Amino acid sequence: MGSAGRGLACALIAGVASWGGVADDEGYVAPRGPGGVHPDLNGIWQALNEANYDIERHMARPSMGLRDGPHGPVPDLKTLYIGAVASVPPSLGVVEGGKIPYTPEALAKRDENRAHWAERDPEVKCFLPGVPRATYMPQPFQIIQGENALEIVYQWAGANRNIYSEDPGPAPVDSWMGQSVASWYGDTLALTVTGLNEMTWFDRAGNHHSNQMKVVERYTPTGPNHLHYEATIEDPETFTEPWKISMPLYRRMEQNAMLLDFKCVAFVEELMYGEWRRNPLPR
Amino acid sequence: MNRHPLSAFLLAAVLATAAAADIPRTADGTPDLSGYYDVATLTPVDRPQIFGDNAFLTVEQAKEIEERAARAMAEGSADQPPDRGAPPVGGDGSPGAAGNVGGYDSFWIDNGERNFEIDGKFRTSIVYDPPNGRRPAMTPAAQERAKARRSFWRENTGTAWWLENDGPGPYDDVELRPLAERCLLGFSSTGGPPMMPALYNNHKRIVQTPDHIMILTEMVHDARIVRMNADHAPGEVRRWLGDSVGHWEGDTLVVDTTNFNDTPALGLATRDLHVVERFKRLDEETLLYSFTVEDPNVWEAPWSGEYPWPATDEPVYEYACHEGNYSLGNILRGARRLEAEALAAGAE
Repeated sequence: MGSAGRGLACALIAGVASWGGVADDEGYVAPRGPGGVHPDLNGIWQALNEANYDIERHMARPSMGLRDGPHGPVPDLKTLYIGAVASVPPSLGVVEGGKIPYTPEALAKRDENRAHWAERDPEVKCFLPGVPRATYMPQPFQIIQGENALEIVYQWAGANRNIYSEDPGPAPVDSWMGQSVASWYGDTLALTVTGLNEMTWFDRAGNHHSNQMKVVERYTPTGPNHLHYEATIEDPETFTEPWKISMPLYRRMEQNAMLLDFKCVAFVEELMYGEWRRNPLPR
Repeated sequence: MNRHPLSAFLLAAVLATAAAADIPRTADGTPDLSGYYDVATLTPVDRPQIFGDNAFLTVEQAKEIEERAARAMAEGSADQPPDRGAPPVGGDGSPGAAGNVGGYDSFWIDNGERNFEIDGKFRTSIVYDPPNGRRPAMTPAAQERAKARRSFWRENTGTAWWLENDGPGPYDDVELRPLAERCLLGFSSTGGPPMMPALYNNHKRIVQTPDHIMILTEMVHDARIVRMNADHAPGEVRRWLGDSVGHWEGDTLVVDTTNFNDTPALGLATRDLHVVERFKRLDEETLLYSFTVEDPNVWEAPWSGEYPWPATDEPVYEYACHEGNYSLGNILRGARRLEAEALAAGAE
């Protein structure tokens, strides 16, 4: 890595550290991965935060799905029966500055999404999570970094990415996980993600985007068992300016850590198709 | 993550002295299997009866099969009249997977244009052991299961024919539909193991590290992560594509897979399925993929097959099956409609 590359990597880390208070070691130099050039990002990683509930700064809420009660919001019918299990834990948020810079129309849509959470959140139907949400779903993912190729496999819904080492040009069609092009800036892996469809969300709080979204993700090792993750989001149809999320990712330390199956497609069949059984169960 | 630099060093030393053929290798000397592959082939899994015990096609036979496939593809790709109506009730008599109401035309089919060759000879089947090129006899229990499964298939008559039978009908519940229809796995054991060619979406991607080898099958975005030099997961861990561990035997990657769930991708196989696969790089452009299948609940003997995986410059695209699965709901709704019509007709 040239000194310019290292300088850039350090600047990126420093910029983020000043915001998130992440204890990054700017002097950390990761072991080299296969091929000996780039840092070794191989491993099973997981976010440890509340981002999948709501990426914005928020206080705890009674439920992911709310309705008006006589004295304030109460759980809606879809979530009522699981009580505290449906509640939303608080978070300082992973959005730099705390708030997403929505256009007024997009903000109204977000609020409407939130009011219809169970019907609209693609996670409920086990749809592919999209980027960046896949990163902070509450399940591990694995980076497979070969000498000249890279893939990320997520336990959640068995999702994975379409990651190119060289830019093949615009994606032929929009997709749930998008088209990613990898490049290295010093010890930082950058994935530029385009070709994303408009059907994924950022979280369980209705935060959304259009198919014009471009995400630039950065993965930087900050210690043997930590990556610093950030994603810059641009979507002029939905946001007034680019914005950024950041968070640490943690290595799953279990000696026997491995991804297991979470093909939730089977788990949502009763929800999606149960009413069309020959003898439907009570609903 | 490579936490065993010494063993990696030793491996590199061993491989360096092997002075093997001129194939792509990683920095430590291991054969490099990474890349994109298109495993489509016209050669079937089991040897067609017309070839008897003959393991090989003549060049003329291979050419004839390829020309026939090309003709069928061209005919099936012909423009359809844009103002054509719906097929008649009960179907239009056309054969195929769509149950004679018209489904895929050739635009959607991508099952290869060539028979595969190994050592310069065209094969009549992927299966090479037993030597007759056909999967061995099934156990009586497996034959019963196959029979029960077949009873669920019938030519589409446009009526709720299953109401005439005792027992469950094929469309009673979503869980009775095939796994591919439910977007739980691709069909034809495309994700495997063993990984077989299918009617379409035959692309694979391999990404290789010293500790893990990922094999991504396009349909249905199923990624197998082979853990190198590791023990199998505990027996309670069951997986759709099994638990795969691998090691190198010389220049051949050997992958051992057990711990399947009750419904592996390979038709009729059970949770006791055991598959051993071998990946060998033949040259810059080709892997040879071979496998041995064992499941005493299904087959009286183990069986083995092999076929080459040619590299492709086409990528693996996202196969978002469940997200766009309008068919599954329509199949169930259609069955309820036919049942309601039968009920109404009976009441008249």
